Amino acid sequence: MNGFKLLLIAMIFVVAGCASKKGTTTGDGADGMGGADGASAYGTSADGEGSANALYEQQKAALMNDNVVFFAFDSAEIDAASMEMLKQHSSFLASNPNARVRLEGHTDERGSREYNIGLGERRSVSVQSVLMVQGATAEQLAVISFGEERPAVLGSDEAAHAQNRRVELVYEN
Amino acid sequence: MNLLRTRALWLFLLLGLSTLARAELTIQITKGEGSAVPIAVVPFGWQGAGAAPYDVASVVASDLARTGRFKPVPEKDMLQKPTTAAEIQFQNWRMIDTEVIVIGQVKQQPGGQNLIEFRVFDVLRGEQLLGYQVSSDAAGMRRAAHRISDLIFEKLTGIRGVASTQIAYVALIGDRLKPTYKLIVADADGENARVLLESRQPIMSPAWSPDGRKLAYVSFENGQSQVFVQELRTGARRRVSARMGVNSAPIWSPDGQRLALTLSKGDGNLDIYVLELNSQVLTRLTNWSSIETEPSWSVDGKSLYFTSDRSGGPQIYRIPSSGGSPARVTFEGKYNARPRVSPDGSKIAVVHNDRGNYRIAVVDVARAYTQVITEGSDDESPAFAPNGEMLIYASTAGGRGVLSTVSVDGRFEQRLATSSGEIREPAWGPFPNK
Repeated sequence: MNGFKLLLIAMIFVVAGCASKKGTTTGDGADGMGGADGASAYGTSADGEGSANALYEQQKAALMNDNVVFFAFDSAEIDAASMEMLKQHSSFLASNPNARVRLEGHTDERGSREYNIGLGERRSVSVQSVLMVQGATAEQLAVISFGEERPAVLGSDEAAHAQNRRVELVYEN
Repeated sequence: MNLLRTRALWLFLLLGLSTLARAELTIQITKGEGSAVPIAVVPFGWQGAGAAPYDVASVVASDLARTGRFKPVPEKDMLQKPTTAAEIQFQNWRMIDTEVIVIGQVKQQPGGQNLIEFRVFDVLRGEQLLGYQVSSDAAGMRRAAHRISDLIFEKLTGIRGVASTQIAYVALIGDRLKPTYKLIVADADGENARVLLESRQPIMSPAWSPDGRKLAYVSFENGQSQVFVQELRTGARRRVSARMGVNSAPIWSPDGQRLALTLSKGDGNLDIYVLELNSQVLTRLTNWSSIETEPSWSVDGKSLYFTSDRSGGPQIYRIPSSGGSPARVTFEGKYNARPRVSPDGSKIAVVHNDRGNYRIAVVDVARAYTQVITEGSDDESPAFAPNGEMLIYASTAGGRGVLSTVSVDGRFEQRLATSSGEIREPAWGPFPNK
């Protein structure tokens, strides 16, 4: 699952590519740098130093080993095994109110791209609902859809498609 | 000689855009049209110092071949290469079944301008059909050649040509799971590609403003989908929608004053909105619990087609752009998505699930008749050429994204591919101003 961490890091540190390249771009393009999504990624955990922080990191690291919910074709339904997995995350979120997690929804490559943004969003919201029922709060959860734009694996067979139909839980702090 | 007129060539310089030297597009005809008219575009004469600066005739011939309606005669088959009307021996051309012949000359003018004079003849009757002079500087010769092709195409078919138009698309370079995304604008033949935006995060859904001066698109550069509008000439851009959740699928109204787009507003449910660009006033058009996205304006701007899965799978609906009740448009098949309206408003192009394969279909709106026009397994993002004759769409070949153009009846097709990386999400720009 290290690949997902790398993905997260890449995502946080990316800013408008063209703004730095061309003098012609207006200041508007870069205003997202201070936006809610990116900024919280740089925020330091309020838990302070020492053992509390170490425990937090340790628990989070364990959770990151099992942080992907997979879905059937054209479905946003969460199966029993994933429900169990999400319970681990929601109890962590409930006992760490400052923890923030992004729910990144994805689809396989089939069909139209913008409709897939909708399907990815539906999957993220489905995970969000479960986590909230299980004890996480709305402030802790951000819903994002990448549609088919960020596949986990390449390939056009059902095995690849099944791995790409997913929601990744990505901790922001 | 009343057909011989002088016309100033419009100059349409795109300043502030970097050129894309590598990853040039190559074009390959993958499906031919048997009824294409044989046309000879004879190499143009050159009256000036040194060697001829530009092979105008070969660009004109390629442009005409790409329309699918003409089949250029190979230079090696030409029995003569006239550059003036007096030199043409029509029997030579009848012998090789040529129906139309184009001849011309490029004359160097004082001050560096070139005067391109060309004439088009009906071989059977031995009559001139068209004659023009086009003036261009050395840098504008390719553009002038496209202009000439469009004049010829329009004279011979009655349909305005698209050789002088542009396309936008998204290119992916580098590591395939963590690529660099580039938003690119190129001439319709894939040449002259320029990068508008480069990002390590996905770029989606480029859409042309009706005047061809701006693109709206979706960029994830700030961690989520947001809608931007960028001027082609200056590169200046504005973020027009960065609301919570999904901001996606932008498309310009025919008057250029509004964008229809899709928002989730953080509640996880996508709906269609119209954003007045000057005032930033936002109007909600749909409010259903299903996915509503991929809006496309009718030609008169009075209604919008869009995708909704309120009936289960995605289908196309139509709603008045001022709001009101929607009507379902597609009924054939379980999956019809991403509508684009033809320039005459009579058809919509969609992504259609054809026995398990995602293909481009053209739906006759009045007759509710669906015709599948492509043969791939994951074809998507259809866009009509501004003359309605062809569509450009994205598909995969050898596991990589390529673009293809196909005639509206599906009979003629050609592929645009890059030497490296992949390309997707084409959008065909409007006619340039005459």
